[in-house]
Amino acid sequence: MELFYQSAYEVSRLLARKEIGAEELTRAVLDRIEGVEGQVKAFVTLTPEAALEQARAIDAARVRGDDLGPLAGIPMALKDNLCTEGVRTTCSSKMLENWVPPYDAFVVKKLKEAGAVLLGKLNMDEFAMGSSTENSRFFPTRNPWDLERVPGGSSGGPAAAVAAGEAFYSLGSDTGGSIRQPASFCGVVGMKPTYGRVSRSGLVAFASSLDQIGPFAREVTDCALVLQAIAGHDPADSTSGDLPVPDYLGALQADIKGIKVGVPKEYFVEGIEPEVANLVRWAIDRLADLGAICEEISLPHTEYALPAYYLVATAEASSNLARYDGVAYGFRLPGKDLVDMYVKTRSEGFGPEVKRRIMLGTYALSSGYYDAYYLKALKVRTLIRRDFEEAFQRYDILATPTSPTVAFRLGERITDPLAMYLSDLFTCPVNMAGLPAISIPCGFSQGLPVGLQLIAKPFAEETLLRVAYTFEQATASSRRWPQLGVVA
Amino acid sequence: MRLSKKEVEHVALLARLHLSEEEKESYTHQLNAVMDYMEKLRALNTEGVEPTAHVLPLRNIFREDAVRPGLPREKALEGAPAAREGQFKVPRVV
Repeated sequence: MELFYQSAYEVSRLLARKEIGAEELTRAVLDRIEGVEGQVKAFVTLTPEAALEQARAIDAARVRGDDLGPLAGIPMALKDNLCTEGVRTTCSSKMLENWVPPYDAFVVKKLKEAGAVLLGKLNMDEFAMGSSTENSRFFPTRNPWDLERVPGGSSGGPAAAVAAGEAFYSLGSDTGGSIRQPASFCGVVGMKPTYGRVSRSGLVAFASSLDQIGPFAREVTDCALVLQAIAGHDPADSTSGDLPVPDYLGALQADIKGIKVGVPKEYFVEGIEPEVANLVRWAIDRLADLGAICEEISLPHTEYALPAYYLVATAEASSNLARYDGVAYGFRLPGKDLVDMYVKTRSEGFGPEVKRRIMLGTYALSSGYYDAYYLKALKVRTLIRRDFEEAFQRYDILATPTSPTVAFRLGERITDPLAMYLSDLFTCPVNMAGLPAISIPCGFSQGLPVGLQLIAKPFAEETLLRVAYTFEQATASSRRWPQLGVVA
Repeated sequence: MRLSKKEVEHVALLARLHLSEEEKESYTHQLNAVMDYMEKLRALNTEGVEPTAHVLPLRNIFREDAVRPGLPREKALEGAPAAREGQFKVPRVV
């Protein structure tokens, strides 16, 4: 297999045995990027010189005999809403087009400590709002499996880069499915940890009670390695869980005998593509073959999750995005007075979807509507959470499709916000309840990847990784990667 | 129509956004479509249900009241579109 399609875990062993150097590895990935990036367009900012410098520093440390972790010297990239000191963080928005953060996000600090090599920053829907990466201020990213289709969103860049061999792993953020849905569309593993498992400090906020950072990888093992590096308590994030971090690599045992899997019937509804439903049912049958006990269950409030989610998310977004007023950072348009400057700055700096959501959130929070919309949505959130709590009294894992469809065509849903929002139908209930979930490839429909979503109890990432790993090991023979024509 | 064009204009004012005539038209249409979908929630009885604002059982935590270095002023001002004499510069207010 080509070096750039090896797993992080495999290249980590090559590096440790000094069969390859970090600089050589980084050059191989940079060559791959040069070859395919014109087609995929995953990167907003590339930092090849800094990457090579970091790689050389790791090589030097290895020669010195320093104690290096498994991620040391491995090239990766980050969604462009994670703050990186000295490297611009744009959120794919005109508002932050030239903004260079004065500090690193907690997760970036952790990865740097682990010796990770940063290749650059990856494209996304503006301020993480969207399900296709078409809302990027700069350009849409394309699905490596079919360049006429979307990679999903809002972490389309991170998913596409990993699928195309442009990075060994990446980090994205998931507010309503923004890691799992693009992972499903691009045929990679994407994990949303429990709310609070990974610090959000230095993640540009979209909806603070729903956002969570998580990894994209080509294999479950890599996903576990990355989670190990970024999980943990951070006093700088008051919502960060103060709990010990388990040994995620140790959780990877190919054994799920006796694991109880609930299959919520509300996730196989009308509107789901029949082939997607069939593949996910096939995957659940494999789990049963492997010794899991799979039973149909009901999560009765599922159909209310999406409308409630969009009210909570937009309300929080309208509040979080109030900080973009042209004063302290980012874009500014001059005005005749302060309010005029705010209005001009915000109207020019934000794209259409961001404005639409700010409007929606402002409306839901405005006097006279707060009780009817926002408060109502928070109560529905309680009911959704209770559904899950009840299910987890009897089951270890829930299994569902990640998305009702395979990747759709570019432009197909861009003028119809509601159709776009429906992409998150199966992922957003998980964020409403703060649960951990993973999307893992389970086959192909029309030549495009389909994802199986596994959901677990709060802070039970180990169970999630173990079930995903067992499934992956049993179906590994079907693993393949997109054939991209390399432009000379 | 749940929201009139006039209400959309009012919400835009609250959000400090200026909308073109074209945007007002399309947002009125799109926001109504989305709000219609939200109406689904009305059908659900939530009487006596506590709202969930946060999923974690959070306790208030106090850190030690010790002096720590903050973000240096120059760094905080680095991203400012306009700064003068160590402060953010904005249009005249008074």
